[in-house]
Amino acid sequence: MSSKKMFIVSHAPFWHNGSNIPERCYGMIWAAMPAVALGIVQYGMPAVGVVCLAIATAVLAEWLMNRATKRTITITDGNAALLGLLFAMLVPATTPWWVVMVGTLLTVIIGLHIFGGLGANPFHPVAVSMMMLTVSWPAFMDFNAALVNYELSFNAVYPLTLAKNLGTAAVADFTTLDLLLGRQVGGIGSTFGLGLIGGGLYLMAKRYIRWEICLSFLASIFITALIFHMAAPDRFAGPLFHLLTGYTLVAAFFLLPESSSSPVNFIPMLIYGAGAGFLTILIRNIGSYHDGVLLAVLLMNIVNPLLDKIRPKALGKVA
Amino acid sequence: MMKQLQGKSGASVFQYALLPQAPLPAVTIADPGKATLLIDQTYEKKSQVDLTEGDAVQTGQKLAPFKDSEAYVISSVTGKVSAIYPYPGDFGKNFTAFDIEVAADDVAPAVEDLEPTMASLRTYLVDAPGKPALDLLGDPTRPIHTIVVSGVDTDLLVASNQYVVRTEIDAIAKGIEILKAASGVETIAIAVPRDLIAGFGHTGADELKAVSLDYPSGQPKLILYHAFGIEVPAGKTCADMGYAFFSAESVANIGKTYETGQVPVEKMVTLIDKQGQVKVVAARLGTPVAAILGAAGIQTGDRDRLILGGPMTGTALYDAKQVVRADTDAIMVQDAADVTLVSDYSCINCGECVRSCPTRIQVNMLVRFLEAGQYEDGAELYDLHSCVDCGLCSYVCVARIPIYQYIRLAKYELARVNAVAEAPDEQ
Repeated sequence: MSSKKMFIVSHAPFWHNGSNIPERCYGMIWAAMPAVALGIVQYGMPAVGVVCLAIATAVLAEWLMNRATKRTITITDGNAALLGLLFAMLVPATTPWWVVMVGTLLTVIIGLHIFGGLGANPFHPVAVSMMMLTVSWPAFMDFNAALVNYELSFNAVYPLTLAKNLGTAAVADFTTLDLLLGRQVGGIGSTFGLGLIGGGLYLMAKRYIRWEICLSFLASIFITALIFHMAAPDRFAGPLFHLLTGYTLVAAFFLLPESSSSPVNFIPMLIYGAGAGFLTILIRNIGSYHDGVLLAVLLMNIVNPLLDKIRPKALGKVA
Repeated sequence: MMKQLQGKSGASVFQYALLPQAPLPAVTIADPGKATLLIDQTYEKKSQVDLTEGDAVQTGQKLAPFKDSEAYVISSVTGKVSAIYPYPGDFGKNFTAFDIEVAADDVAPAVEDLEPTMASLRTYLVDAPGKPALDLLGDPTRPIHTIVVSGVDTDLLVASNQYVVRTEIDAIAKGIEILKAASGVETIAIAVPRDLIAGFGHTGADELKAVSLDYPSGQPKLILYHAFGIEVPAGKTCADMGYAFFSAESVANIGKTYETGQVPVEKMVTLIDKQGQVKVVAARLGTPVAAILGAAGIQTGDRDRLILGGPMTGTALYDAKQVVRADTDAIMVQDAADVTLVSDYSCINCGECVRSCPTRIQVNMLVRFLEAGQYEDGAELYDLHSCVDCGLCSYVCVARIPIYQYIRLAKYELARVNAVAEAPDEQ
């Protein structure tokens, strides 16, 4: 063997700030944990089953697609697990095993890999698969029907259904504190307001997500809902109710700011977030779905490339 | 070592480090044992050159050995030529190398015929330490109205120019005087780090400009933009706008030449060790990197990284036999444990590069074109030519894409294509 010293040759820069993709994915998984934990406390073993099955299926799908597309096996980077977990957070704890598997496969294969994998997906993969399930098997995505056999210590009707069908008076029982503490039915990991906000603050502090998107989305929900509420206080619930119900918070911190499907410039990020918030309330209040968040996410995902054309002029750019 | 601050937009920014108030005298590494002098000419056969093995050379002696070219090198040592061979450089450049076996006595005769003219400067100082940008001057198609003496370094941790402006201000003043007389350029400005601006009243420069310590403010285009208010159009150079940048070291060496009658042969080199400690040394041109590391007591091991230049824009070396050249501002050693490697992830569109770019390029979009080899589209649609080569995009890349490498490659390829397109038909 040669005793000659070998130096590593590579291109500048020779420093790196240490960030990497696995750190980001696992960071997001940790940030989701409080919300998931409350779901498991509320719904017990069925929720554990859904979460585990979704993550396992997602990782398996990632492995299969890595093999099929002859790419590096990336199941350990946490992205597939994160997608599985996010899917599980949105569905009811009683979702049948085959729906969980189909949904997760749709997430990873249709949502992510047919577009080219991590970084190439134009839509949030989970929003894609959830909408496909909502359209295909609405019964399984109906929280009222799915959770009918649970004995819960709080009103077991999905708050957005109540608001939609019966107006503001019907949801007067839900105090802001109830909603923050997760005393409402919904997806396994989408009802615990405080937990989601805590996770979101952590993600923004670590800069895994862009605060501009989250805050403009939430502000837009608040303002739009407020306008509706002021126009017809009986018919349309107040802004805080909309902020803390449905998928609002999960979307604000986990779906909407997903890197690949969201803009990167300042003004486009604000428009993107604000547009999603506006559409959400529009669909909730005058559309046909109870919760418009996922549709709003998908619609804003579509306009993302256009939005990012609004960009600052580069140094020395001529005309 | 890495002083990291939070920028306005939340992006990480760096600052250039200032040397201690009174910089320690540079350590001189004068005895390389063997020096390797390089001439920018392709070496094909022995009959091309007049110099042969065994010929004696003296320090400061001008060697222009090619029969069909005026290319020359100033010998940095006294001794005998021991070998002549072709020497490959970066980006396909070819040099001819002359190994000089250093003799015991250093003989450095003075140059007799120095005049404050461009011809005289070109005769002796094209490859002076600090690499004066003489070829920018005197081109009637591209007139220069301002010479900027840059007392700042472009890369992080590198302090060679800063050292020179803080210790050799008299030589710089003399150099400015000579440059002004020789070039006839109306204005000479000097740019120094913002915190050092006091005390530069007597350099004879017409203008004094402060440069921010935020990386990469030391890049010439950004100096023009922030200190002079000139925005260089993408694809143009500072010289196209009438500004020629000279490193402070090169101006000081012009001054020294006319002061002493001897062509300086020592280059100020910033040594950056594995802990990020910085030390400025003076080394004869042609000194092998290994000799400098040895003299400074810096050990290198297998799988370390050895870099000519600074941490953000330097060039990694494959062996320590490479030598100090006129533009070698720094030598950096990085421990194997600190070496970060690129990944094969594609861009996840997190936008960190966009927020860190000092010239507001949409790097996330640009890199998609460059990865696909679509360099022209990248230049047209996403501002490739606005890039000032700072490397921050790669530094912050979450997917660890070698973005800066793609950019350098694209610029190189486009320049090559344009050169072919613009070359007159040779028929």
